[in-house]
Amino acid sequence: MKDISLIRADFPILSTSVYGKPLVYFDNAATTQKPLCVLETIQDVYTEYNANIHRGVHAISDRASEEYEKAREKVRSFLNAAHKEEIIFTSGTTGSINAVAFSFGERYISEGDEVVVSHLEHHSNIVPWQMLCERKKARLKVIPMNESGMLVLEEYYKLLSPRTKIVAVTQVSNALGTIQPVSEIISAAHSIGVPVLVDGAQGIQHGITDVQKLDCDFYVFSGHKIYGPAGTGVLYGKNKWLSELPPYQGGGDMVANVTFDKTTYNELPFRFEAGTTNFPGAIGLASALGYVDALGRENIAAREKELLGHAINILTGIPQLRIIGNNGSGISTISFLINGIHPYDTGMILDKLGVAVRTGAHCAQPVMDFYEIEGTVRASLCFYNTIEEINLLGTGIEQVIKMFS
Amino acid sequence: MTIDQVQDSIIEEFSVFDDWMDKYNLLIEMGKSVPVIDQRYKTKDYLIEGCQSKVWLHPEFRDDKIYFSSDSDAIITRGIAGLLIRVLSGRSAEEIINADLYFIDRTGLRQNLSPTRSNGLQAMLRQMKLYAMAYKAKMGGS
Repeated sequence: MKDISLIRADFPILSTSVYGKPLVYFDNAATTQKPLCVLETIQDVYTEYNANIHRGVHAISDRASEEYEKAREKVRSFLNAAHKEEIIFTSGTTGSINAVAFSFGERYISEGDEVVVSHLEHHSNIVPWQMLCERKKARLKVIPMNESGMLVLEEYYKLLSPRTKIVAVTQVSNALGTIQPVSEIISAAHSIGVPVLVDGAQGIQHGITDVQKLDCDFYVFSGHKIYGPAGTGVLYGKNKWLSELPPYQGGGDMVANVTFDKTTYNELPFRFEAGTTNFPGAIGLASALGYVDALGRENIAAREKELLGHAINILTGIPQLRIIGNNGSGISTISFLINGIHPYDTGMILDKLGVAVRTGAHCAQPVMDFYEIEGTVRASLCFYNTIEEINLLGTGIEQVIKMFS
Repeated sequence: MTIDQVQDSIIEEFSVFDDWMDKYNLLIEMGKSVPVIDQRYKTKDYLIEGCQSKVWLHPEFRDDKIYFSSDSDAIITRGIAGLLIRVLSGRSAEEIINADLYFIDRTGLRQNLSPTRSNGLQAMLRQMKLYAMAYKAKMGGS
């Protein structure tokens, strides 16, 4: 893998300071920083070929449409989807889940049906399903979790019934960093003909996701969590499902023919991309995926494993500290609490030392309720972080303990 | 001391320190002298919305003045509540309503508390003013 100093040089923000101290960015699960190639790609769109896609007959519109479709192809190959038409560009994970919850719900859910989610979901994979259940008088069933931050499969199997219409689960817990047994979840659902949506918001950037191997029916993720621009996202759906679902939004580009009597819809994937999409963002996202591939996804996973191991060592060496969930087998996200010290107090002081962490419930209130805590401090690392930065986190925590006890 | 005199001495106390860690230590110290809210008021009714950590604030009306007590599960937040109480507690409703709290900017506390934290500070202040307005309305109406 490329040398760490060269990697860091690709991310201009990593060499900036806060309060006169070098920025240590450990909030990668919230959003990731962008490499220069992504910034340059977006600039190129606006300086060289900014024009509306799929509409113009002129040269730069053609170029923009072509780059946009190339971006779709890049996402397809990144996920190893079978067909390019199975890739829909959205505004992010939340947008993707809302689209499925609406369209799938319209077509397949009726009163008394059941939707299965899990206790580990972030709010984005709970609320759209709750809204659907309310609209259709369906019921939401929740796969329970255990103390280790893992879903309990035995209980999940018991939840499946002839009334189950869809299962929506996260690949990786955003609050705890634990990797969930989605393959088992999918096979069990498929054995009774139920489709599964996998929320890849915290999974896509930490390893190799092959949607055909996984055999999930829908897979969603956000561009900004994988080094791409904010406001971009992907909805992968198997052709057999997407071609059955009604469109989520109406507008331009998603139609074949419009009269006031009847409108016929365009084919996949355009049927699900109403209006002018965030095409510069999608092209930027493809550039980010290219960057990740150039580093190598196996290399990234190996490096993050090494960082996680070191972080676990440093943190478990602090007796007052308790790690919630991740025992070292998860992704490089660690949630923790320090005895008697509020996560906000910890976060505020770490911030003044230049260390950016997330504090609070991480948009996953049910997970906090499970542990009967208000929130945690979450340090989420990725390949561009360093051993020295982790050591700084350790000394920062020691300082916090000194200040508040 | 008037509200502004108290504000000026707070600004003075913070200006002694250059390093933000020292300023935070001062804030933590200030949190220790907050008039602690009676346990029976630590309920949802006295919980302030808009703070990510929990803050309770209780007003007591005595001799035409309002006395505040508070608590928070975060120590820095408790320090901030302590500062606001030091400035506004034991004042008339009129004084609290009209107070211009310039010390928040002049101590640099506004910029240096994270936006959510700053909202917490704003929420606390708004609640104090609301209590004062409610008290004034009640007195005026009787």
